[in-house]
Amino acid sequence: MIRIAAGSGFWGDWPQAPALQVRSGPIDYLVLDYLAEVTTAILDKLHRRDAAAGYARDFVTDVGELLPEIADRGIRVIASAGGVNPRGCAQALLRKAGEAGVSGIGVGVVEGSDVLDLVRDGARRGVGESAGIVPLDPDGPALAEIAPRLTSAHAYLGADPIVEALELGAEVVVTGRTTDASLALAPILHEFGVAPDDWDARALGTVVGHLLECGAQASGGNFLGDWRSVPDPARIGFPIAELSGPGRAVITKHESLGGLVNAATVKEQLVYEIADPRSYATADCITDFTTIRLTDEGPDRVGIGGVRGKPPPTALKVTCVYAAGWKVTGELTYAWPEAPAKARAAGRLVLDRAEARVGGAFDECAVEQVGAGALFGALDGREAGDDATVPDEVVLRVSARSRDRSACEWLGRELVGLVLTGPPGATGYAAGRPRAREVSGIWSCLLPSARVRPRVEVLD
Amino acid sequence: MAARARHRLFVLAHGRSGDKGNTVNIGVIARRPEWYPTLAAELPAARVAEYFRPLGTGPVERFELPNLWALNFVIRRALGGGGALGLRLDAQGKTYAQALLRMPLELSDEIVRAAREHWGSGLPDDCVLPGR
Repeated sequence: MIRIAAGSGFWGDWPQAPALQVRSGPIDYLVLDYLAEVTTAILDKLHRRDAAAGYARDFVTDVGELLPEIADRGIRVIASAGGVNPRGCAQALLRKAGEAGVSGIGVGVVEGSDVLDLVRDGARRGVGESAGIVPLDPDGPALAEIAPRLTSAHAYLGADPIVEALELGAEVVVTGRTTDASLALAPILHEFGVAPDDWDARALGTVVGHLLECGAQASGGNFLGDWRSVPDPARIGFPIAELSGPGRAVITKHESLGGLVNAATVKEQLVYEIADPRSYATADCITDFTTIRLTDEGPDRVGIGGVRGKPPPTALKVTCVYAAGWKVTGELTYAWPEAPAKARAAGRLVLDRAEARVGGAFDECAVEQVGAGALFGALDGREAGDDATVPDEVVLRVSARSRDRSACEWLGRELVGLVLTGPPGATGYAAGRPRAREVSGIWSCLLPSARVRPRVEVLD
Repeated sequence: MAARARHRLFVLAHGRSGDKGNTVNIGVIARRPEWYPTLAAELPAARVAEYFRPLGTGPVERFELPNLWALNFVIRRALGGGGALGLRLDAQGKTYAQALLRMPLELSDEIVRAAREHWGSGLPDDCVLPGR
């Protein structure tokens, strides 16, 4: 039997999780996902500023300090920590291994997800099936419009290059942009020698990967079903998949840790971000989520079986990042009396004042009253402050986006300027003036798989 | 006759939501298998589209997962730009499942009885609303 343990669901996830997974019981693989859609945009920005950056540094810190134990116990690690610079990430981890006195460790690098040249080339020739680029968002901008501002484009690679690295003997595999679920599918393919056309086995592994890719979201974290029922949340155990073959899995967790694995916690993760459940398409296969059979295998154990799969599409998903100007977001807290009404008035005031100075520079502005209907007010037909119970304080949140950095910086100055010149009772500005941040847009498309060439190398 | 009390969908279901660009994905799961048909009947795509319209959302697609007692909704133009571009507090759509689960429903006496039994004393107060 093999045990595959989740260690990270995004860059910024609970930093104690990897150590707890390694130290609280037996595991064979530790898989860590770092790349949400927006993460690529952030890493891309860091990489442009510093060619040595562009990967999840937390991985090097958190997993680096576990390397002696990982090497000692023969645990293998697979992580999408490479971001837009997998080689730099692997080299940093090897340096860390050297510092920790761990020698002879092989770090596999999966590269080749970078398809910026292909997308730029496609943009020149015009989007469409003939150019091989099929836009995924019918509401998004045209490729021609954003092409001059493209800063990166990465294809979602599948499990096969990771399997190749494992077969070359890598103890740790670092990837860039990869289908999240492939991180856990790869060891299943590797361990059980799954045939390339065993689509059901690939689909089962994809479901397992989907359940592990968001960390504790399958084991009681962010559990809307009944958050109070989660035992010992301070030491929440991330999910672990146990497999004796490629056709069935049990999702569980370390017994000595907290958290909860039952049909409800597992289902919440199964329905997370899957679009059409009958054809969940990745580089590895098409998975039919409506065929999944869940079984109760005892406390904190849920069986997964029955999963049917089909061959993958002949195109890979690509996420492009483009420069989209500047953005500023700032908050001020307004206190009783009439907190919501004052926050609303202050929001109008600050935008009016900013417009008077930088007229027309903003592409978009938003004023929200956090604590008084920011999330659901519009759905209920409420305006801020209409609530039967008036909150003691409300957070005014003002945001704007512009091509012009100085316009965003100006709005930040206007917001703090409200404190002595606007409605009474403002506080919570000690953190200082909100600064403009550069923002990236995301543009997704399909690209023929045959044009993408993953490269695998083991560094030591 | 007094108007029938309404219950928020949360009484019968839980779920999770997330983003892909400017599109939100909302999974809704019946808390008991016998409530799945009610869920499926109360949440046609058109009703969900109407419910979210004040947020300026686009078309709604609905998918069924009877094996998980679940429905999945995909709503375009839901996040004011989404990702890093969006200005809203929840540009990643993390709270849209809760938004949908706030929907008030008029439920049969039978389901209300079963729901009260299911929740015991744990039913959140603001899930029961006066009738109209």
